[in-house]
Amino acid sequence: MFDPGGCGMEGLKRVSEYKWEMPIGFKPGMRVPGTIFADEELVELAGRDRALEQVANVASLPGIVSRSLAMPDIHWGYGFPIGGVAAFSSDGVVSPGGVGFDISCGVRLVKTNLTEGDVLPGLADLLAAIAATVPRGLGSRGPIHSPEAVLRNVFRGGAKAVVGMGYGREGDLEHAERGGVYEGANPDAVSARAYERGKDQLGTLGSGNHFLEVQVVEKVIRGEVAREFGLFEGQVTVMIHSGSRGVGHQVCTDYLQVMDRVVKRTGIELPDRQLACAPLGSQEAVEYMGAMACAGNYAVSNRQALMHWVRRAFERHFNSPESRLGMDLLFDVSHNTARMETHEVEGRRLDVCVHRKGATASFPAGHPEVPAAYASTGQPVIIPGDMGTHSYVLAGSHEAMKESFGSTCHGAGRTMSRTKAKKTIDGAELRARLKSRGILVVAGTDALLAEEAPEAYKDVTRVVDVCEGAGLSRKVAMLRPMGVIKG
Amino acid sequence: MKYRTIEHSADIGIEVEACSLEELFAGAATGMLSLIVDPATVAPEAPRDVTLDAGDLEELMFKWLNELLYLLGAEGLLPSRIQVHRVEELRIEASVWGEPAEAGRHQALEEIKAATYHDMRVEHREDGWFARIIFDV
Repeated sequence: MFDPGGCGMEGLKRVSEYKWEMPIGFKPGMRVPGTIFADEELVELAGRDRALEQVANVASLPGIVSRSLAMPDIHWGYGFPIGGVAAFSSDGVVSPGGVGFDISCGVRLVKTNLTEGDVLPGLADLLAAIAATVPRGLGSRGPIHSPEAVLRNVFRGGAKAVVGMGYGREGDLEHAERGGVYEGANPDAVSARAYERGKDQLGTLGSGNHFLEVQVVEKVIRGEVAREFGLFEGQVTVMIHSGSRGVGHQVCTDYLQVMDRVVKRTGIELPDRQLACAPLGSQEAVEYMGAMACAGNYAVSNRQALMHWVRRAFERHFNSPESRLGMDLLFDVSHNTARMETHEVEGRRLDVCVHRKGATASFPAGHPEVPAAYASTGQPVIIPGDMGTHSYVLAGSHEAMKESFGSTCHGAGRTMSRTKAKKTIDGAELRARLKSRGILVVAGTDALLAEEAPEAYKDVTRVVDVCEGAGLSRKVAMLRPMGVIKG
Repeated sequence: MKYRTIEHSADIGIEVEACSLEELFAGAATGMLSLIVDPATVAPEAPRDVTLDAGDLEELMFKWLNELLYLLGAEGLLPSRIQVHRVEELRIEASVWGEPAEAGRHQALEEIKAATYHDMRVEHREDGWFARIIFDV
């Protein structure tokens, strides 16, 4: 039997209700301490497998600034823990393993002016219309064929490029991180193989934990912010969770091998080969950052195209243009990224490379990267829950800038392995159970459905409550799923 | 040769035991593919030859499994039968049979994004060869 080898919580020190310190020496090689934002139950869960060890591994990377951080949805990943955040100074490194294979995987939330009562009677038909429009599942190809010239444009221009191709409207770009475009993209740093993988996957959902959900705003928690966000109780929204598809997977695969050679050449000592990295400013690091930005732009473009299909399906179903259905984008966030940002560290302003592996930016009101529409509220943070409970809209906070390099959680976080979920949960029974609670599901197979069962995930409410308690973000609204489409 | 899936909180892994390196690499590929689709539903059409070189055995395993994922992602080739002819001096020579993936006909069991280096093992033990690979799902 494979032993996940959890190192337990031994050695962690509770410094406040939602904050645990991992001292240097928790594991040999740590250069800085770690901080885990969690309550007792969440930190205990993290101690059962190797997630805490991974926090310590990240703390051993060269040039890490201040602390190795873990958000409350921390769980065992490959390389960085999922929920891991780390910033590196100019004498530090960038690590493709700190971003992951699904570069810029993320979530967007589309608003409507429809209420639950408007949508419920025809919900099954609406889901079928969306499912028929959105390519998903094994080997799925999208209708946007993208030869190299088109891909170069998308790699450079992100969502702006696909809006220019007719998949969306200008207003969408004002409601995405950095206008839907990653700066610093270098299409020449992307391999021919990544171009090949990207040519037919734009506007495809993928599979696994990616999904489309028709939801209803069940509860507004902060009325004033919700009003600024344009959210009200009873309102129907659509959540889209997908990433950079094969482009991101290939960019990460390619650059892991490049970084592996750098590690051998420079003698950087690593506790895990997946943490292979290169010094910031080195040719390899610059090229990776340029290629990663291309994959980031592909991911945002993918979600933009997916939103376009969803709008078309709503238009057909309600026989009305999407603009009259109020289908405005609330926001688009990415939760697998590494970016150069300016942060205040021990009283000094520093340019650092912030890695967020399963963590979301949580920038406050007045932050230069927050779009004008949210200048007074802070950025919207979109947290997908599991399909049986809730998702949340949060807002960025000033405290996050002090505590977590402007970061918060990204979801509920798994607590049960996929193999165990498949063995112990009956997908057909789950489908029926969700239906009895008013949640319709369109999914590829029962096995895939079982893997994503609510009981395989931590309680998302507990996770966002800890984020709020620790000051990393503020709760704005809770969303309940009505219909779920899985890849 | 035998393989088994192993538990990982968020992702999924396999462990393989084999008498030879050829069997080990074939077993790792078969194990990975069985996570993606039921091989019985895939026809073994005209073979593709694959030759890869690496600096060490772990890198060779990383490249080999990600090569198969590349063939699936870029060309839609869903492999169903693998033959590893030779693993010598950090080079693998293999043939891969399969057919184009079709969303309607082939049901995805799992979307494997990549084979990772995390906790990877490719080693010779007293009773033969052993490999462990964790996938990003």
